[in-house]
Amino acid sequence: MATSSVSKGCFVFKPTSKKRKTLSAEDYFTDGSENPENSRLRFQLFQSQWQDMKEEVQMVHDDLNKKILDSLLEFIGKSVASFQSRAVGWESRMRASEIPTAALVLGVNVPDHDVTFQSLSDLLRESVSPFVASVQAKECGALQHLMKKVMQQLMGGGVALDEDDAEEQSGYQISDLPRKGFNCSLGILCDWYQNLNKKSCIKSPGKKRSSSGSDFPKKPPLVVIFKDLEAFCPQVLQDFIVICSQYIQQLPLVFVFGIATSPSTIQRMLPHSVSSLLCIELFQSLSCTQHLATVIDKLALFEHFFGQPLSVLCCEEEEALAQVRQFSHEDVEKILQLPSIMRYVEKQEPQEQVKLLTSDDHVKVVTQNLLKDLCSYHRNFYPILRCLHLLTSSLPKFPLGKQIRELHVLCLENNVWESEEYESAMQLLRMLAKDELVAALQKCVEVLQPGMTKKLKEVVHQLKDIIAKLKMLDQLSDETISCEGEQESSSGKSLQKTDLFHLQKTLMEMRETRRNKAKTPYEVLRNHTVDYLDSLVKMHLLPPESQPLYEVFYYSSSATVRRHLNATPRTSIQTALSHPHYYLQSEALKSEGGTISKAAPDICIIYKLHLECGRLINLYDWLQAYFTVTAADGQDPDSAEGHVDEMKHARFIRAVSELEFLGFIKSTKQKTDHVARLTWGGCQT
Amino acid sequence: MPAELRQQGYSEAQLRLVSEKVPCREAQAAALLALFGEPDHYSFPSIFIYGHRAMGKSHVTLTLLRELQMPHVVVSCVECVSPGLLFEQVLGSLFDSSAVTLSRSPSLSDFVRLYRQLCAEDSAKHTRYIVLDRAEVLRDMSANLLPGFLRLQELVEDNVTVILLSEIVWDKFRPSTGCFEPLQLHFPDYSKAELQQILAQDSHPSYSAELYTFYINILLGVFYSVCKDLRELRHLAALNFPKFCEPLEKGEAEESDTHKLWRNIEPHLKKAMQTVYLREVSSFQWEEQLKQDGETQSLRGLSAYAHVELPYYSKFLLIAAYLASYNPARTDRRFFVKHHGKIRKTTFLKKHEKTSNHLLGPKPFPLDRLLAIFYSVVDSRVAPTASIFSQISSLVTLQLLTQVGHDDQLDNPKYKCTVSLDFIRAIARTVGFDILRYLYDFL
Repeated sequence: MATSSVSKGCFVFKPTSKKRKTLSAEDYFTDGSENPENSRLRFQLFQSQWQDMKEEVQMVHDDLNKKILDSLLEFIGKSVASFQSRAVGWESRMRASEIPTAALVLGVNVPDHDVTFQSLSDLLRESVSPFVASVQAKECGALQHLMKKVMQQLMGGGVALDEDDAEEQSGYQISDLPRKGFNCSLGILCDWYQNLNKKSCIKSPGKKRSSSGSDFPKKPPLVVIFKDLEAFCPQVLQDFIVICSQYIQQLPLVFVFGIATSPSTIQRMLPHSVSSLLCIELFQSLSCTQHLATVIDKLALFEHFFGQPLSVLCCEEEEALAQVRQFSHEDVEKILQLPSIMRYVEKQEPQEQVKLLTSDDHVKVVTQNLLKDLCSYHRNFYPILRCLHLLTSSLPKFPLGKQIRELHVLCLENNVWESEEYESAMQLLRMLAKDELVAALQKCVEVLQPGMTKKLKEVVHQLKDIIAKLKMLDQLSDETISCEGEQESSSGKSLQKTDLFHLQKTLMEMRETRRNKAKTPYEVLRNHTVDYLDSLVKMHLLPPESQPLYEVFYYSSSATVRRHLNATPRTSIQTALSHPHYYLQSEALKSEGGTISKAAPDICIIYKLHLECGRLINLYDWLQAYFTVTAADGQDPDSAEGHVDEMKHARFIRAVSELEFLGFIKSTKQKTDHVARLTWGGCQT
Repeated sequence: MPAELRQQGYSEAQLRLVSEKVPCREAQAAALLALFGEPDHYSFPSIFIYGHRAMGKSHVTLTLLRELQMPHVVVSCVECVSPGLLFEQVLGSLFDSSAVTLSRSPSLSDFVRLYRQLCAEDSAKHTRYIVLDRAEVLRDMSANLLPGFLRLQELVEDNVTVILLSEIVWDKFRPSTGCFEPLQLHFPDYSKAELQQILAQDSHPSYSAELYTFYINILLGVFYSVCKDLRELRHLAALNFPKFCEPLEKGEAEESDTHKLWRNIEPHLKKAMQTVYLREVSSFQWEEQLKQDGETQSLRGLSAYAHVELPYYSKFLLIAAYLASYNPARTDRRFFVKHHGKIRKTTFLKKHEKTSNHLLGPKPFPLDRLLAIFYSVVDSRVAPTASIFSQISSLVTLQLLTQVGHDDQLDNPKYKCTVSLDFIRAIARTVGFDILRYLYDFL
């Protein structure tokens, strides 16, 4: 599981291209010496799992977005309603007309935003208004461009909406579409909008304000979405808002600000005179860590199926058992080669060992048993993990992490009870107040209830027992209190009439007695409970590596996944240039030590030579060095200077410009016949 | 009444109507009208009116022009992204709009030529007025535009007057090459009494005027020290009035029970000053809250959400960028090399480095330096992967870093870190990095 370490710092790009890759990936699975039947099966399994995962991720994703999109829609709907009630009543006449604005905080994962905005504008077009414009900062460097973009999208949307009207309106609209550039003003938009409304009014009889039978409200709002607020030039944005506010009486405009960092950006970008024209409401999207984790799991899955032939067994229990029965001799060999099985075998009795190593059938039987064990281990592992999380997540300072995934990682990697964090968590648990403990235990029972195995049933039974006992204590508590009361009063007596020394002494004694004092029944029971929980953890939360046959289900080489996720362009280019034989797969190019092979491509030679230079490289020296290297084979470089020179010179220049294109060097104005190194040139000297 | 509107050529009734519509601005209206003169008289070529926001500049001007039916056009200069748009709007509303055909990007002389052409067909019987709102934008347009408009009367040889409205004084307008000086008219700030008089005019129909005046008094008592903007005050008055009336609605108080009413509304107004006025909370949300009367649940303002969730390495990148921006490059060795030897601060300093770098603001730094610091502050070994580089560009998009200079990208790019000390300290705290120990200013 590579979730924790990778998720610390990377952006999610939805792996859309992955699907295509898997289709052609069937060929990859079938290569090698193994049984084609098996590999085909493995591929099918992988595909079905992949499909499941994909659907699950999609569901998580949709769920995340749904909440926020719904509240946004509600907000826009509300602002539409307020537009329609405008000019009615004293209040609306008095109020400054503000532009309703939704500040949508989406988090710093910028590449993800496009999807959200796409679904947002689709939703808006469907249910609220056909007039939706979404703008990006890079398209809107100046006010003109912003205006043009907004108007094109708004007015274009209108044309697309009522196709049947398009013909009668086309003369008007097409001539009016802001193509020419300089006549983009909101005045035109305003005319267009009113014309549009008039037209629809004529069509539907009745008063202007009464709602017609169409899907959209009478005066659909014009929604402008600013996808990346931070990147907009503040002046442009301010001007645009000021202009829009002048037309707000006629045009029901609604803004949506997409914010990546924090809402205080708005205040940084807009002075009070401008922000007072807006009616800003905040919408915070949820974190997508969960989403992230699932997506990365997926990638691990791909690699797993690719690399581990025995992953055929990674399916439902019954199917797996059936599979094992059909194993061939080679498959059995492979099973025996698994490190966890080897460990398992070593632990067995000698005759059992012999039996395992000689009889295929016996191995199959054992494997089946182990598989069953592993499955039940899983079924116990997760509920107990959740319980532990429930218990510890409310503790101060979160010794075992706030998120369940942190705890999960901890449990997967090591024996969790050996860690210091676990110790401190248990100590804290031993100090919990009664009502908290009862509440936590009750939650645990709730978690454990569904999908119970035999062992879990027992656990639930035990826990219920403990809860009942704890509740029983309520009745007992009265007695204990009275007991304590007596003690208090007696010690109170002894405190009277003593000097300072004696007082100190008695206090010391009292502390001693308190420490040794018999614990209250609650404390006893609490200790008992925590001990029980501890034993549960030790029994069920073993790390998977301790289980034989775990390789079938678990994937542990996170480094490989990481390599796939994090491309390293610079390292790859450097490797390619310094060790061309990796990429060209030619042994001839292999060079030992620091020597430069003559046969290597020109650019590699040039690159290696430039590594020896400082920040500034003299081109002529470089050229000479190049000549020397290429003419190395005993030939005197000076002999055939005439015609070879031209050719090599050209090759040199070409290689240098390639290197410049790759970003290793650039021309410099400091010295005309020099180039400057861009990669750590200054550091090496 | 300080001054009465008097002008020949307009009826008494019209003038009285106008003066009713411009409360507390009679003097300015009278001065303006006197400048305008009789309908067919030539007026001064250009008039410059200035004063703070919401001081009735446009209101007075427009009321005069509208009520006395003078031919005029009002153009907001912010809206005119190009001079062409401005010309088009002016000509379009002064003359028959279908006749206006300007070239693709017209110059001032195109405008003047077309104006004269149209004017010849339809010469002015009454003075035409061109009102340019937010005239300060004109300064950023082409250099001849402002001087041209100031003497438009002379250029087009027509009875036309240009009125410029601005919040800025004329001294900030005057071009270095000199120009025709317009007549200046200042609109002073409303006094408290004047604000009260104006605000009290729009009383709620279902309550008595006295009650509303009383309410306005309370409102001004709270807000006058921070806000003299009539528009804002009116907005706030409207927002909070229902709350003020609540005891009356519930029958808990009489209209005469002023002290009770005051006690009821005052805390709300004070709270409004901190939230709605600063637009920390939207007006909608404020109203909702007043309705619910939830004292305990208070709305969090926009600035309360200052926390930014960043990926793990982005945090370190930002920290490295901050260090690179605020530490002199020569001190890097001292902070990031283990055996740097002792360098005492005083001898080590150059003179200009003695001032706090935090007062001077962030300095640009090259990418290499950023990465070098990044690798020494981050606790684990990180390969220079695409994800690290893409995080740098992400930080630029988020405006936490800015790129300095627009050379091509292959060239060693330079950045500046634009976040505040508080922000970076919060970020550093989340990754357990004591940033103050690495900042030269805090040694």
